[in-house]
Amino acid sequence: MMGTTGLIFNEPLLWEMGAKGRTAISIPEQQVPSCPVDENLAGDGPDFPDLCEPDVVRHYTRLSHWNFSVDSGMYPLGSCTMKYNPRTNERQSSLPGIAGAHPLLPDGLNQGSLKMMYELERLLAEITGLEAVTLQPAAGAHGELTGMLIFHAYHSAKGNPRTKILIPDTAHGTNPASATLCGYASISVPSDENGIIDPETVRELMDEETAGIMVTNPNTLGLFENNIKQIASIVHAKGGLVYADGANMNAVIDVVNMKSIGVDVLHLNLHKTFSTPHGGGGPGAGPVCVTKDLERFLPVPRVIKDGNRYVLEENFPDSVGKMHAFHGNFGILVRAYSYILSMGSDLKKVSQYAVLNANYIKERLKDVYHLPYDSDCMHECVFTDKHLQTHKVSTLDLAKRLIDHGFHPPTVYFPLVVSGAIMIEPTETESKETIDQFIEAMRTIAREAAENPEILHQAPKNAKVRRLDETGAARKPRLAG
Amino acid sequence: MKEIHELNLPENLHYTKDHEWARKQGDLIVVGINDYAQDQLGDIVFVELPEPGEKFSEGDEFGTVESVKAVSELFLPIAGEVADINEDLADTPELVNSNPYDEGWMIKFKPDNPADFDKLLDRDAYLTMLKG
Repeated sequence: MMGTTGLIFNEPLLWEMGAKGRTAISIPEQQVPSCPVDENLAGDGPDFPDLCEPDVVRHYTRLSHWNFSVDSGMYPLGSCTMKYNPRTNERQSSLPGIAGAHPLLPDGLNQGSLKMMYELERLLAEITGLEAVTLQPAAGAHGELTGMLIFHAYHSAKGNPRTKILIPDTAHGTNPASATLCGYASISVPSDENGIIDPETVRELMDEETAGIMVTNPNTLGLFENNIKQIASIVHAKGGLVYADGANMNAVIDVVNMKSIGVDVLHLNLHKTFSTPHGGGGPGAGPVCVTKDLERFLPVPRVIKDGNRYVLEENFPDSVGKMHAFHGNFGILVRAYSYILSMGSDLKKVSQYAVLNANYIKERLKDVYHLPYDSDCMHECVFTDKHLQTHKVSTLDLAKRLIDHGFHPPTVYFPLVVSGAIMIEPTETESKETIDQFIEAMRTIAREAAENPEILHQAPKNAKVRRLDETGAARKPRLAG
Repeated sequence: MKEIHELNLPENLHYTKDHEWARKQGDLIVVGINDYAQDQLGDIVFVELPEPGEKFSEGDEFGTVESVKAVSELFLPIAGEVADINEDLADTPELVNSNPYDEGWMIKFKPDNPADFDKLLDRDAYLTMLKG
């Protein structure tokens, strides 16, 4: 089913609209005498455009029509970017008592907010199997940094902070970045021929100068690290800790008990797995869950239950300190809490459907697209452009052509260990009809690549703009409002 | 992307397993990335290079090259001290795509042990590795 072009407005920049002196508000007539300002403090004001309110509202509404989002169609970037955000989350977070709560309220007047945070921590602990939780980190990479600070504090308390950390070659780039920020040298662990970590490789690299390992499970190839328990015991035997990057948690909610597979520290992305907005839609949240042994290092203040009352407690002398002002990104926490409670015991089905949908796509496309690791996948499947290359068609051409077929492109050229990677994550919310349409579009594009590759080189042709000059944008950026 | 037989790999250069090229210039060694690397990376938009005077061990990361697709590390094939860098790449990184062996060179360095140069791959050995 091809996408069709509707009525798409052209839109000038704000500075090209309006008329001199036009404003959105009327300032009351001045009733006090003017007072001269020191000339040194005076100057030309900022160059704001002269617009009335409808000008501004229509401008941004028209721009929003150009956008393709999870609210307008299938978005196979999946939870990796942002999955569907149920509207009930928005309803709860905009209740006046919650939305209007002031961050400086004393604990006694803030019992509801503190209780919600306390209960969310308990829910996340139950979901992961790890006993203690902080809600402070503002996003996944911030959670990683918190985790690395906890690693450092733990090893320092034992007498040697250690200097290195093991990171698989399939990891997100934020993992080595977070470790480096914390002063650890990243040691790359190559994946084996099945796309996962071989415990023997970890055994060779792990020593008593290595603080531990950062593992994403399932990994970025969408494959479960089957040897995780053995890897954890090798790391633990050398006194190291196991960090799990929860970016791909959407595959294993309530399915894998992270503690029982040897994980000591884990971050969750509420804005991925727990259906809260992020990016342009709002900030994220990256709670960190730890074992009981590591609880004393968690950031302060922590929400403590004292009898029937909830208090923010600062007195944890081993804590790594404060990671975020006030209560973290509180509005995001409310949405995740709303999601977990509204899903209830069905939360496990989220992962079951996410995994089923990804495997369905993998099976229906593997006869036309090259599948580098042909095994059961988790919540995402990774193809390459190997077959397309015989027609001089690349992953980028495929991604652009999908726009013409009415779908947002999936993640491309990641993970880096797969040349020309096409990573598809449908998530649990897409219906079979939508997924079948996506599969049909992908199969059609594979045929087009063989029969008329030029269509793909020229794509997109139905979108608001044609192929953008990414190179020009990166080399010679021209920024204007 | 290019097939292996379409690659431009001059006979008179040495190569590394990380797809760099190297040639002698007096007592210095000039290094850049080869045709295979620039073709795989696609349009290069940024090259980060070290300061002259910085010292590196064999295999150390000495910089990064960023394309519209990915960021890749650059590795020094032989231990040595950076003597000069290609300043032109700051404003015109596309030289690495258009002319990787000449105007697209990246750094010149003084090897700790000049004999190490002979340990690098020649064209045939590099091609054998590439065909792997």
